[in-house]
Amino acid sequence: MKSTNTVYKRKRPVSDIVLDIFKVLFLTLVVILCVYPFWNIFIVSINDATDAIRGGLYFLPRKLSFASYKDILTRSTFLHSILVTVARTAVGTPLAVLVTTALAYVLSRKELLWKKPITLLFIFTMYFGGGLVPYYMVLKNLGMLNNFIVFIFPNLVSVYNMILVRNYIEGMPDALFEAAKIDGANDLLIFFRLVLPLSKPIIMTIALFVAIMHWNSWFDAYLYTNSQNLKVMQSILVEILNQYQTTGANQAANRTGQGITPDSIRMAATMVATIPIIMVYPFIQKYFVKGIMLGSVKS
Amino acid sequence: MKKTVPQAIQPGQKAAAKKSLGARFWEQRYLFLLLLPALVWVILICYAPMTGLYMAFINYTPKGNGYFADMASATFVGLDWFKYFFSTDFMKIMRNTLATSLLTLLFSFPLPIILAICLNEVRSNKMKKFVQTASYLPYFISWVIAANIFITFLSADGVINNLLAAVGLSDEQILFFQHGPYFWWIIAIANAWKVLGYNAIIYLAAISGISQDMYEAADVDGATRLQKIWYITLPALKPTIIILLILAIGGVLNTGFEQQLLMANDSILDYSDVLDTYAYRYGLKNGMYSYGTAVGLFKSAVSFILVMGANSLSKKFDDDNSALF
Repeated sequence: MKSTNTVYKRKRPVSDIVLDIFKVLFLTLVVILCVYPFWNIFIVSINDATDAIRGGLYFLPRKLSFASYKDILTRSTFLHSILVTVARTAVGTPLAVLVTTALAYVLSRKELLWKKPITLLFIFTMYFGGGLVPYYMVLKNLGMLNNFIVFIFPNLVSVYNMILVRNYIEGMPDALFEAAKIDGANDLLIFFRLVLPLSKPIIMTIALFVAIMHWNSWFDAYLYTNSQNLKVMQSILVEILNQYQTTGANQAANRTGQGITPDSIRMAATMVATIPIIMVYPFIQKYFVKGIMLGSVKS
Repeated sequence: MKKTVPQAIQPGQKAAAKKSLGARFWEQRYLFLLLLPALVWVILICYAPMTGLYMAFINYTPKGNGYFADMASATFVGLDWFKYFFSTDFMKIMRNTLATSLLTLLFSFPLPIILAICLNEVRSNKMKKFVQTASYLPYFISWVIAANIFITFLSADGVINNLLAAVGLSDEQILFFQHGPYFWWIIAIANAWKVLGYNAIIYLAAISGISQDMYEAADVDGATRLQKIWYITLPALKPTIIILLILAIGGVLNTGFEQQLLMANDSILDYSDVLDTYAYRYGLKNGMYSYGTAVGLFKSAVSFILVMGANSLSKKFDDDNSALF
């Protein structure tokens, strides 16, 4: 009896071997699909453009050249668009975090008057909205079209982020707030001196969410602005992409000059937009996983 | 110690409850001050546009007299815009919307579950972290870059065509963006690619909450790993799966917007056009404001009903806390 049991334990069942093979294949495929596209774009972008037309660039560059980067990073329209993107990220992120966290703190307080209807007022907007056309009309009548504020104000609150922060604050011990109250602190003081510092991990999480959103957005610039001065970096990328789609790769490749092609410019611009994301990635990752886990526990 | 604190506070609380509404509001004045910016935001950004839904029932033309004055002076047309939509492009747009979102669901729903379970089977922590990190890279990049990647890889002399030729699956270049129905698959795969790693995190969190005792008990009974996945892990994931399914059903009409605008071209418009892009093109680009609003309202109303329906359904099916609200 005992011996058969050990034999059974030592021998791996066929299903386990199949499972292991499947696991390795599946995970390898996921890694390739998620990483290789970026690698491919990267090596094409640092390869000599005329040489790249020959094709066959898969794993390593053949003939190094940074001409495309040099070209795109000296274009004043592109540089200006980077400036606009950096400005909206730098201004929009702290403001959004402050307003969202303040809202989360207020809605976490048990004694808040009309707590239920106010909460519902915000939650409802996650499931119903006026739609694009009325929204556009409202922005127009508020004078926000063609104005830098259109990047900032509409993104001040994200109800989803607010729920993450609220859940975090609700997890703090009540005694903390009561003690502060007894010491004579008012709600403003409690918020700025107690809640903000204590919520640092969740604030970092939503700050990263908001910053990435700002860095990646182009649609609001596309719809609500038409001035050259307010073009964001991703909008320039969209223009380059549209050019590529209408002229086609072959035609585009023919118009070569000084070691750059429209195609190599496209690759270089894509990398310029991607590299900052990859660089902050290790930081994002840590907070991002925590944030989602917090949100999935209770929402 | 623990008992005296609440006792000391109780009399004060009772007194507070007896106070008048005005006095209580005054006590909370700083809370409302903190609420004020968000309140202004929600009114201007969320509720003011809802008043504009009235545009769906009138023949709106902007005359420059202001938002409400323009709406008040327009002629009322009742449900004419909706009738027009249902009698013209409705079937085509709904087909595209549902085809895209159901294909998206086909990929983006099971794959994160499989990824999470596979990751959980990886013993080396370093390996696990590496795969995870790689898997949510696509989530952080913009749709512009994602579209760039897909268009490059699927181009006539792109990586995919070369790969197909190399393994002998196809001897001619496939023009992926010239065949209408291919576009649904491309969007579905692109959507799944972007959210795969992100959604897997939610399942991984749920798996990490499963008690180890159950697996140990299964070991004693001589269960194989596959059996442990089937009888322990998957049942434990059921509430999470239901929540995400509700969200997916509620979002079935949200098939994306940027993806289509960035990747579609005029030759496949009959297949790429979904509710959002259609409402945008007519409503803003062509200046048919009322028509665009009506299509948008149709979409919002149906989505709202779907979310509410799915939520109450999940409450009936499951007595765990899998309902959203």
